[in-house]
Amino acid sequence: MTLGFVMLVHTAFDRAEQVARYFASHGCPVAIHVDGKVPPRRFRAFRDRFRTEPRIVFASRTRVEWGTWSIVQATQAASERLVEGFPDLRHVFLASGSCLPLRPVGELVAYLDANPETDFIESVTTDHVTWTIDGLEEERFTLRFPFSWRRQRRMFNACVKLQRRLGLTRRIPDGIVPHLGSQWWCLTRRTLHSILNAPDRKATDAYFAGVWIPDESYFQSLARRYSTTIESRSLTLSKFDIHGKPHVFYDDHLPLLQRSDCFVARKVWPRADALYRTFLDDNRPVAKRTEPNPGRIDRVFSKANERRASGRAGLYSQARFPLAPHGSVLTCARYNVFCGLDDLYEEFDGWLDRHLGGSVHGHLYAPERAEFADGARIAAGCLSDSATLRDYRPTQFLTNLLWSTRGQRQSFFFGPRDNQEVAGLLVHDPNATLVVVSGAWAVPMFLSGQPIEEIKVEVARLQRIELDFLRTFRNPGVAARIHHWPLADFVAQPVEKLQNVVDEINGAGPRRLTDLPQMRDLRGFTDFLQRLRNGGVQPKVIGDVALFPDFADAGRKAP
Amino acid sequence: MGLISSYRMRLRRRYWRLRALRRQRQLTTVRDRTRTIAPGAILVASTMRNERMRLPYFLDYYRRLGAEHFLIIDNDSQDGTPDYLQAQPDVSLWTTKASYAGSAYGVDWLNWVLRQNAHRHWCLTVDVDEFLVYPFCDTRPLRALTDWLDAGQVRSFGAMLLDMYPKGPIGRRAYREGEDPIGIASWFDAGNYMIERNPLYGNLWIQGGVRARRFFGNDPWKAPALNKVPLVRWHRDYVYVSSTHALLPRGLNFTYDPAGGEKTTGLLLHAKFVSTFLDRAQEEAGRAEHYRNAAEYEAYAEGLDAETDLWCRASERFVNWKQLELMGLMSKGNWA
Repeated sequence: MTLGFVMLVHTAFDRAEQVARYFASHGCPVAIHVDGKVPPRRFRAFRDRFRTEPRIVFASRTRVEWGTWSIVQATQAASERLVEGFPDLRHVFLASGSCLPLRPVGELVAYLDANPETDFIESVTTDHVTWTIDGLEEERFTLRFPFSWRRQRRMFNACVKLQRRLGLTRRIPDGIVPHLGSQWWCLTRRTLHSILNAPDRKATDAYFAGVWIPDESYFQSLARRYSTTIESRSLTLSKFDIHGKPHVFYDDHLPLLQRSDCFVARKVWPRADALYRTFLDDNRPVAKRTEPNPGRIDRVFSKANERRASGRAGLYSQARFPLAPHGSVLTCARYNVFCGLDDLYEEFDGWLDRHLGGSVHGHLYAPERAEFADGARIAAGCLSDSATLRDYRPTQFLTNLLWSTRGQRQSFFFGPRDNQEVAGLLVHDPNATLVVVSGAWAVPMFLSGQPIEEIKVEVARLQRIELDFLRTFRNPGVAARIHHWPLADFVAQPVEKLQNVVDEINGAGPRRLTDLPQMRDLRGFTDFLQRLRNGGVQPKVIGDVALFPDFADAGRKAP
Repeated sequence: MGLISSYRMRLRRRYWRLRALRRQRQLTTVRDRTRTIAPGAILVASTMRNERMRLPYFLDYYRRLGAEHFLIIDNDSQDGTPDYLQAQPDVSLWTTKASYAGSAYGVDWLNWVLRQNAHRHWCLTVDVDEFLVYPFCDTRPLRALTDWLDAGQVRSFGAMLLDMYPKGPIGRRAYREGEDPIGIASWFDAGNYMIERNPLYGNLWIQGGVRARRFFGNDPWKAPALNKVPLVRWHRDYVYVSSTHALLPRGLNFTYDPAGGEKTTGLLLHAKFVSTFLDRAQEEAGRAEHYRNAAEYEAYAEGLDAETDLWCRASERFVNWKQLELMGLMSKGNWA
């Protein structure tokens, strides 16, 4: 009989009984503390179940409130009861009623036999703590906490703020170096005895009674004072979520827990029948044992915490609906938006398809319908090409499309004829690459050969829309990668510019573009602009007309 | 939320409670077994009309998840629904011949029954064609979820409606009693949902899915709302204000994270589009007892017959909750 357990119980009495009996039947005495909030009748009924079990004893009860001194008092009371009742123990293990041994208790005893002088208690200085909530680390020990964090959160926060402002601090008693760590420990009897029988215990207790969450610091700090060998880790596997409450283990965690090789896990759902059945059966086939290795479980739970805290970028759903997403990633994947190039080149979409791959859509925001790649009427995720449905929530149309095509590069065309409501998203989204040749929308109008009188209203309208769009490029918070050239600048040196764009999207490579798309015939375009001017429409987005190569003489420019 | 707005919400809540109190007179108790409800039991509440055929599977589905008692309001069924329900040992039954529309589409009746019987119980309010799926539902009973919500002091659990449909004409395969309707209507739209925050109640207003795609392409704002908060740790002061889409007090509607994280949520697989629906659509369109004078049903009656195929090439076939979680339709949140 070298190992004894202290067990703190407040609920799920049947499971606590089951585990306590398991320990006792393997020769390990158990001292149980039942929360003072449990009605006396229930407590007596529970205690009476162990009448014939001499190895299970009960400590006097304290009303335990989370995060307060009372939980340390409860631990002290049960520890004293255990150490007094069973003087030949060498190690004392602190457990709760929802702890479950994952390895036969005999293995734990053997492990402790091999480390007879070691205290297993996670105990780190406040500089090294990463897990606390609310950022209170050092200040747990130097401020006062008269209000409950759970029930009087506002007062709690105000009180902390006030003390910070006034610079009020408590003095840490001599001989105590604040350390923090998991509440669940396994101490040698000697260390525990020293802590419980210290000559200055009264003063120490009085100090810690005012510390916030003393159950994570009382034994952790005092063990440093008395222990000869500290192994700073807990033998209890216990994970916390971002709200500071422990993760719970269920039947489906069985394989994960089996592989962890940890000695004890907390906390287990009381109705996880398979876990209790499996792990309390010492006759189960024995796997090859190694040192406790909670790595895999760590990953599962840290992933869960990450999902709760930051979620999947670009997902808009019933679970995640960021209300002020500016300054963050708005979509789930990189995508490319081309403005004007399809007006300037023949079959530019086919060319893009060859060079970029993925899906190259037409004008997704065209007034008639969403022009999905390959003329599809329905896109991934059952997105309809109906313009009405799309324009009902235009930005979500894009975030939906990108979400449903994760892992597949998406490119589409956009222009002043299209629904502009999505423009804000495009410009503010770090995932967007915008390639804009402004004024290129005039090319098809020029080629249509219609009289200026008939088109000048439309030209003015499109120009106004594009000007608004271009203006947003100078907004604060622009995050997209924007390549913008006025038509005249672009046409002067198109090859280099296209090369840059393709390199940026595909990553720079040694390959130079050889098969450039066919530029539309711009002979007479400068004339067209002059006629527009004469008709009263001043072209503002096309750039410096003087830059245009003289198409009249050179004929169609060989690209 | 200022004081004035809080006060307005309080008045509004009282208004709904008063409505429930008035409509209570419309309800006749047929079978009251509520005394057998154990403390902490998980309840299921539902309003229905002529659902005899769907009942056996519905009751079994929720019994398997761990529902312990059903609170059911029958709205003038003619097909033996009340007789069947009376014979079930875990059903308490009320009946009414009054107007469904007049009781805010059953909300008043439900609010009354919940107030009387669901105080301090986790209660799942669903229709007979809605099947709750939540993270780990294949390995963890409903109790595991509610215990976990309790531990985190969370009072409500969101589950969006996911409209399911068969591949091929709806009328091709007749639904047989006791059969899993999701086995027939096993396809869904995965990524065409449109979301907006409702500033009044703080809940999300979600539309989309197959119904928006097929029946409301021309006036999407009329498409049915899909957001729901079906699972609530009920308190006698709570009220549903518009079907199970929103509750008061408003805090219960925050089942999503507005700051970028994901909250644990589930889905209600909505097995509406099976063969039994066809006759219903005609009848309900005539009765005009549904939301917006059954405009939804009129749209179906016009655009839907036995030959209608709602399936398209981008439709996804339902496999399990993990698939829905990966697609982002629901989330494990920090439950692991």
